Amino acid sequence: METFLAQIITGLSIGSILLLVALGLAIIYGTTGVINLAHGEFVMLGAYSAWALQTFLGLGLIESLVLIFLITAAFGWVIEKVVIRHLYRRPLDTILATWGIGVMAQQAIRLSAGGELRYVEMPSALGSSVSVLGVETSAFRIFILLFTAALFGVTWYLMYRTSVGMKLRAITQDREVASCFGINSQRTYSLTFAYGTGLAGLAGALVSPLKSVSPEMGTTYVVDAFMVVVLGGVDSLVGTVVSAAILGELTGFLAFLSNDTIAKALVLLTIVILIRFRPQGLFAARTRT
Amino acid sequence: MNRLGRRRFLKGTVATAGVAAAGFPHIWIKDSSFAYAASGKVKVGVLFSLTGTTAIVEESLHKATIMAIEEINDAGGINGMQIEAVVEDPASDPATFAEKARKLVLGDKCVSVFGSYTSASRKAVLPVFEKRKNLYFYPTLYEGRECSKNVVYTGAVPNQQQDDFVPWLVEKFGKRWYLIGSNYIYPKEENNYCKKLLASLGAEVVNEEYVPLGHSEFSSVINKFRSEKPDVIFSTVVGDSVVALHRQYRAAGLDPDTMPMASLTTSENEVAAMGPDAAAGHFTSAPYFMVWDSPENQNFVEAYRKRWGGDKVTHFVSEPSYFQMYLFKQAVEKLAPGDINPANIREAIKGEEMVAPQGRVRIEPENLHTYLWPKIGQCQSDGQFQILKQTSEWLEPLPYKAYPNQVCKESGLKET
Repeated sequence: METFLAQIITGLSIGSILLLVALGLAIIYGTTGVINLAHGEFVMLGAYSAWALQTFLGLGLIESLVLIFLITAAFGWVIEKVVIRHLYRRPLDTILATWGIGVMAQQAIRLSAGGELRYVEMPSALGSSVSVLGVETSAFRIFILLFTAALFGVTWYLMYRTSVGMKLRAITQDREVASCFGINSQRTYSLTFAYGTGLAGLAGALVSPLKSVSPEMGTTYVVDAFMVVVLGGVDSLVGTVVSAAILGELTGFLAFLSNDTIAKALVLLTIVILIRFRPQGLFAARTRT
Repeated sequence: MNRLGRRRFLKGTVATAGVAAAGFPHIWIKDSSFAYAASGKVKVGVLFSLTGTTAIVEESLHKATIMAIEEINDAGGINGMQIEAVVEDPASDPATFAEKARKLVLGDKCVSVFGSYTSASRKAVLPVFEKRKNLYFYPTLYEGRECSKNVVYTGAVPNQQQDDFVPWLVEKFGKRWYLIGSNYIYPKEENNYCKKLLASLGAEVVNEEYVPLGHSEFSSVINKFRSEKPDVIFSTVVGDSVVALHRQYRAAGLDPDTMPMASLTTSENEVAAMGPDAAAGHFTSAPYFMVWDSPENQNFVEAYRKRWGGDKVTHFVSEPSYFQMYLFKQAVEKLAPGDINPANIREAIKGEEMVAPQGRVRIEPENLHTYLWPKIGQCQSDGQFQILKQTSEWLEPLPYKAYPNQVCKESGLKET
């Protein structure tokens, strides 16, 4: 029973990391339709920002979170202004463009910060384990879980309770008509892209004390993020959460019962089967196309 | 090209070949007659990934190799000939490794090539060196079970890393072992050998599992550690996964005093990336540690940091990358300039000895692997290892020890 409970918590933890990484992508992909293959590199830039702030300014991870969000969001904003905005009407070209941005970001980091793995210190207060319902769990993982829940709350609020969010949803439904009503879609898209990038940066910073930091780290995250978003349904925030939770629990349990190699294969298989019968994802919002 | 043109072209080629044959009388007899040192330089290839996933480690191997070449050249070269390094970046991709190896051997006419970290990349270049009868120097510890006349192996094979390590751990910690590795050939062969040792010691394997390469989510694995409660976790997880495993082990509050991880793959390089707090208390077996106290190692570490930066670490793959260049030098030194070719270098390097940073090493004449000095280290909170034990004498490389009916001889693999 205790093992079972431990596995539930583990699954939630894996799911929360998946959600954290996927949330930025869900926002960008779901609203602007840009297939952002550089998402993994935005995650990587967040991790490197954490490393740089810690190494050169002596800032701890928690203190630097706001700065990291701003740095990566600014980066995303510039990318949107310079490249992405010219491609909104050519969604397929965004694949190539963002892929290129990703490659350049990787190499830029390799040239400036070096190719070796980097070390980001875990906040010392969260470095130990805590007992949750009688199960020993990493305090930092619990922190990630709560932080992700909070981030999701903020994002949901922005989307459904603010005027920017309402405009964004209007543009998502029909850009032309929204523009006729006086909504500045360019500006809204810039903000959305920057926000999504900032979320990716936060994800990178938060996973860096548990995992490793290298220029190539983004490639695995971008795959995970797309799995979550595609399974959840492209423009459904709730779907993203549910799908992250399902994938987290599924991965956790399969890995516990067999091993991680099998788990990875079975999870992918499950997604393929689900997509076969529900191509729009589990929670597709009805939109006019 | 029309028919006439092609015929003319063919004629021309034959004529050129004829001239070449006249100039170098042995050209048709053997590939080896090409005058490798004709320019007064010894040309070698350096084939480590500077980009891609394994560049993280291979960059340090590249640096150690380049430093050895520079040192040798500064000290007057090999019998007065400078070593000329042709550097290629195979970008962590086995197919690119093979392509670049072909270029170095055929295009640049390198007399030997130094390279590779992963077994996959070594296997990819092997046909090039065997077909062209060139020589490859491979510095990485690996899974053994290879018997090539065209590779000099200066890293450890399973018997050299495990023969002392496994019995020592069984005695100190206990008989319930959990084997975890990355999912490819190296961990499987190491575990195969480990299981044989454990069986002979009456120890038991409670679980054996493999995670995908590059895997970074170990929470389910850690739950299994908790429920199985093994005495020793034997880890052959590689690359950035090592970092994730150690950090998550530590964050989960597990204790290295009662459930230590014993690794064949965790070096100073990985420790620097995971942070000393996550590494402290765990064990590694390797022929070389950065703290090893010898004048040769002191020189090596000092020179390395002076050349590449004061925060850089040396480790058990960068050290062989360094000393194998000196073994190469010693072998070439024995040859007259006209005799310098891969086949002669191979003959000359057999039984060659030198004092490396880890101790005196020797190339085993039959299988071209290396006699090494395995050590057991425990990681400390400063990120360096404390060496707890060293083998009493250098250990013979036995790449087929897990397969008692096979042995690697000078003439090739023998079934007995």
